[in-house]
Formats: sequence, structure tokens, C-alpha cells
Amino acid sequence: MLKMVPDVVEELVVAADGKSLDQDTLRMILSEPSDHALEQALLLKEKHGGRVTVVTLTAPEVDEALFKALAKGADQAIKLNVDQTVVGSLATARALASWLRADPQRQAPDTLLLTGSYAIDDLEGEMGPCLAEMLQWPFVGVVTGLALDASGQKVTAIKEFFGGLRGEYEVDLPAVIGIQAAARPPRYVPIAKIRSFMKSATLGAAGVAPPDPAFALEISRMYVPEATGRAVMVEGSPEEASRRLVEILHQRGIV
Amino acid sequence: MNTDILVLAEHFKGEATEITFEMLGVARTLAAALHGQVAAVVIGADTARLAARLGAADTVLAVEQAPAAMMSSESTVPLLQQLLARRPARLVLVAGTNICMGIGAKLALRLQWPYVNFCKAVNATDGVLTFTSLLFGGKILADLRLPDNRGIVSLYPGSFPPDAGQSERAPTVEKIDLPVEAGRVVFKRLIEPDATDVDITKQEVLVAVGRGIESQDNLSLAEDLAAVLQGAVCASRPVIDQGWLPLTRQVGKSGMTVKPKCYLAAGLSGAPEHVEGMKNSALTIAINKDAAAPIFDVAHYGICGDLLEILPVLTEAIKARKGA
Ligand SMILES: Cc1cc2nc3c(=O)[nH]c(=O)nc-3n(C[C@H](O)[C@H](O)[C@H](O)COP(=O)(O)OP(=O)(O)OC[C@H]3O[C@@H](n4cnc5c(N)ncnc54)[C@H](O)[C@@H]3O)c2cc1C
Ligand SMILES: Nc1ncnc2c1ncn2[C@@H]1O[C@H](COP(=O)(O)O)[C@@H](O)[C@H]1O
Repeated sequence: MLKMVPDVVEELVVAADGKSLDQDTLRMILSEPSDHALEQALLLKEKHGGRVTVVTLTAPEVDEALFKALAKGADQAIKLNVDQTVVGSLATARALASWLRADPQRQAPDTLLLTGSYAIDDLEGEMGPCLAEMLQWPFVGVVTGLALDASGQKVTAIKEFFGGLRGEYEVDLPAVIGIQAAARPPRYVPIAKIRSFMKSATLGAAGVAPPDPAFALEISRMYVPEATGRAVMVEGSPEEASRRLVEILHQRGIV
Repeated sequence: MNTDILVLAEHFKGEATEITFEMLGVARTLAAALHGQVAAVVIGADTARLAARLGAADTVLAVEQAPAAMMSSESTVPLLQQLLARRPARLVLVAGTNICMGIGAKLALRLQWPYVNFCKAVNATDGVLTFTSLLFGGKILADLRLPDNRGIVSLYPGSFPPDAGQSERAPTVEKIDLPVEAGRVVFKRLIEPDATDVDITKQEVLVAVGRGIESQDNLSLAEDLAAVLQGAVCASRPVIDQGWLPLTRQVGKSGMTVKPKCYLAAGLSGAPEHVEGMKNSALTIAINKDAAAPIFDVAHYGICGDLLEILPVLTEAIKARKGA
């Protein structure tokens, strides 16, 4: 499950309604945990075989993300007809659940559904646990290690807690796992290879009924936070700024 | 109508975690505004001992479970649902921690209630509740309302004063027997961090690097600076995920919580999950090439510029000062 999110390196602008982001000024990129989920899926495929399918809703720049996933080794890429930019996590989970239910093959007993652990735009929930609940499958999130059991019916998942503490869980398949980080960083794929997939490969399309946005939250206002404790900026060339910083460190007894 | 508030107490290794007291403090504010009562739920082993610490609640509902159980959405959600059927409440507060991740979202779906994630502020003026959520890595805030003041709210750790949820009072404890389902998610063991590495929580000076460091080779720039400051290098998640530094050096939500005399953050944006682990540093200095990076809202001093250029110059300037 791949999700596109606004690139937060760019300035985010609140739309005129004061309740959403201005879509025209957004630059969409693949959510980082989603990218890790794809990497973890590819690593499992390399080790145990199987097929990797990537599924997304419709979103700006999503085709490029899907071709890139194919170039990296995914077997199939599917785009659902629901516009991601107008639905929340819950409706997204509904759309994905109806796609999964449409074909029993998609819920085979050895299915492992990997999502990113969290995306940065969450307002009303988390897609992974919602999807697990809808399918009545088990769920573990914030996972940084995933291995398939010898029986092929279970996975061992390492979940992060805090302070470097982690927990090991055994999870029955089929399951939904929220990936925080893959066992290794997402692989690099040359642009030329992505281009060639853009020419030769085709993206699958699937239609699902528009998801019900029931019991959504009421947004009264969206805004850029006012800086509370803004840093004192140390100006000047690197040499000048460093000299001033050393004085500050000296005053504090650090140097 | 009274609005009762349920707080799902989080605990780890037999102790209530700080977020539990943050939640109880918020629950007291909400209860005062809505003329309701606060009930805390403890699910686990040795609930009597845990419950005794939760005097800020009017009642503690104690659900005793086998010792090996570790809080997870798989085991907790069905219990909470049964509990709510017996003890109706309109607002449920859960911890926005890794441990509790998924509990709020799943419970919301079962109850068909709205769910507020990432809540970092609550306003209850004149009985009207507004919850503020932090979005897009801290770059946007959203004020939210819950129709009929009914819903589930996940509080972001470190956003509320824990003192407000501390009380010497002995709460009324009610033991509740609930059947525990055999889970499809089985907790096997706890993995402790590697104890052989430098303990960054004990360092007075930390040089923290983020994705802006760009490559493993550039890490030496941070190491050189840390060396002249007699400190250690730590990092944000992307640097650790790349395998450039061990997990023991990660600062933030999943990593360590540090409180050094000086935290020098270079090339990290100041995402809430990172800030959670370093916001109580006595002095924070940020170097970032993006003047709008949220880290400058956390730092005391900032330099807007390229860390690859600034770090070596700063190292030399400190050396020169020490030599003088
Ligand atoms: C459940 C969960 C748990 C998490 N736990 C943690 C955690 O424990 N710790 C943690 O850190 N994160 C954690 N995260 C991830 C967190 O959300 C952020 O993704 C992460 O902190 C971002 O790291 P960063 O600031 O290094 O990278 P970015 O956000 O990519 O920021 C890089 C910054 O470097 C600047 N920069 C780039 N090049 C230069 C240069 N040459 N000179 C100066 N500046 C430069 C850029 O302007 C940018 O601001 C967690 C996320 C989730 C969902
Ligand atoms: N529109 C979407 N299409 C496909 N996957 C999604 C979508 N929204 C969320 N997901 C998946 O769920 C993860 C968590 O998203 P979220 O619940 O929005 O934080 C993402 O990293 C994706 O893997």
C-alpha cells in the first residue's frame, strides 16, 4: 500500500477555506514509511519468492511512484479510482478493503499486507489498523524487522517501543503490518530504468464504490503554527557565526 | 448530561508511563468543563499496585491479565469495547506512543466514533471542546471539534504537564473480570538496546545529525566537533535507518530521551518525533539550510546555512578558543 504525501520541505499553504491545504502549491512525494514497506516486501520476495503487488489510490505524481515500484521489482501495480486528496485514512481503508474483498485470491491465507507505519498527514487515524479491523486480520505497527516463519503461516515482527527497546511478536497470517523501517534502506533505481518501465509496463486500474466518509471529524481551522520560542539567529559568514557561537558556548561553561 | 471520560493507562515493566499522568491531567480539565467523572483503565498484571498511583482518576477499573501480556491493539481493543458496554463514557483518551499505536484507530472504528490523532493541545472554554492536532511533521496545526463531544483522542506524548495528573489520593478501585481472547499476535520477548555503546543519555554535549549530513563519510565532521566538545554524536531516524550509526544513538520517540547541557542539531528538520526526545536540553543550537525548518522553533540559537561548511569551521573555532 503506497501513499503519496505533501513534501514538507516545501512551504505548506492553507487553502482559502482555512480547513485544508492548498493543493495547487503542494508537491507530492511517496510517503517515506510506504517506501520502506515496499523495500521490506521486495526483501521478503527475494528470500522466499511470492509476488509483490503495490496498490494506491489516485493522487498527483502517483504514476511515477508506481512505475518506480515496478522498476524496483514489484510484480504488479494497481491504482484505484478513488481520489486520495479528498478522502481521509478511514475512507482510504474502506476503499482498499473493498478492493481486497473483490477477489478471494487477494485474501489468501499467506497474504501479508504491508503499509507504512504512519504518514505525516494523519488527522483522523491510521490506515493500517483500520484496514486490519475491517478485514478482521491481526495488526502490528512501528515494525523495523520482519521475518517469515518456516511454516509460512506466521511472521516474526520486531516492533519499536522507546529508548531503543523493542518487542518481538509472532503474528498469524494473513496480517497487516505497519512498517517503520525496512531491514535496509530503500534501494536505488536509476531514472533510465524507471523511464523504460514507463514506456513498456502498464499500470493496473481497479474500480471500487466510493467509500463512505462516515463519522469524520469536524475541522474548524487549519493553520501554520505561530512560532513560540523562535531561535536567536546567529548571522554572518561561517567564520563569524562560529566565533559568536563559541562565545555563547563559553558563557554557558561548555567551552 | 454528564460526560464521563475514560483514560487508558499505559504501563511498561510494571510502571505507569509519563503519558498516563499527562492523560489524567487532561481528563481532569475535560471533566471539570463537562461536569463528568474520570475513570482510568488498567489492563495488565499486578493492577492493584498500578492503580494506587492513579489517584487523579475518580475510579480505576482494573482488568487483571497474565504477566507476559504486553499492551497491544490486538488484545486491548476488545477489552475496551466490552468495558465501554458496561461503563459508558463519551471520551476515551489513549496514549500517542508506539506501544499503544493502533488502539485508538481500531476502537474508533468498532464504536463508529471519530478519532483525533496527534493531539497536542486541548481547549475546554465554556464547555466547548477544541482539540489541536499536529500535522505534516509539525508544520501545520488543525483545530478539531467532536460532534456531541464524543470520540477517541490520542494525546501526543510530552505535550501536557504530567504533574496535573499526579495525586496522593487513593482512588476507588473496581476489579473487572473480562475474558481474554487468545490472540493472533503473541508477544515473545523484550529486546534491550546494546549496552556496549556510548550512553547518549549521560553525555553533557551531543552533536546530533540528521538527513542533511548526506553520507556516512560526512559523519566525521560531526565526530570531530563532538570530540572537541568532549561529547558524543547522536542522530535522527533517517541516519540510523541508513545504518550509519547504531540504534543506541537515535534520539526521539522510538529512540532515547536526552537532556544534555548542549544539543547541537545539524541538518535535522525538527520533526515532532525527534523533538519529543530532546526538547528538554538546556541549550539547543540548530544548523539548517532551510530558514523555515521547525527545529528553529525549538532551538535557542540558530545558524541558517550549510552544515558541511559550518561544522569544520566551528570545530576549528572551538579549538582556537581552547588554545587561547
Ligand atoms: C512512529 C514514529 C516514530 C519515529 N521515531 C523517531 C525517532 O525516534 N527519532 C527521529 O529522529 N525520528 C523519528 N521518526 C521520524 C520523524 O518523523 C522524521 O521523519 C525524522 O525525525 C526526520 O529526520 P531528519 O530531520 O533528519 O530529516 P528531514 O526531516 O529530512 O530533515 C533534514 C533537514 O536537513 C536540512 N538540510 C539538508 N541538507 C543540509 C545541509 N547541507 N546543511 C544544513 N541543513 C541541511 C534540511 O533543510 C532539512 O530540514 C519517527 C516517526 C514515526 C512515524
Ligand atoms: N491512499 C492510500 N493508498 C495506498 N496506501 C495508503 C493510502 N493511505 C495510506 N496508505 C498506507 O497506509 C500507511 C499509513 O498511512 P496513514 O494511515 O495515512 O498514516 C501509508 O504509509 C500507506 O502504506
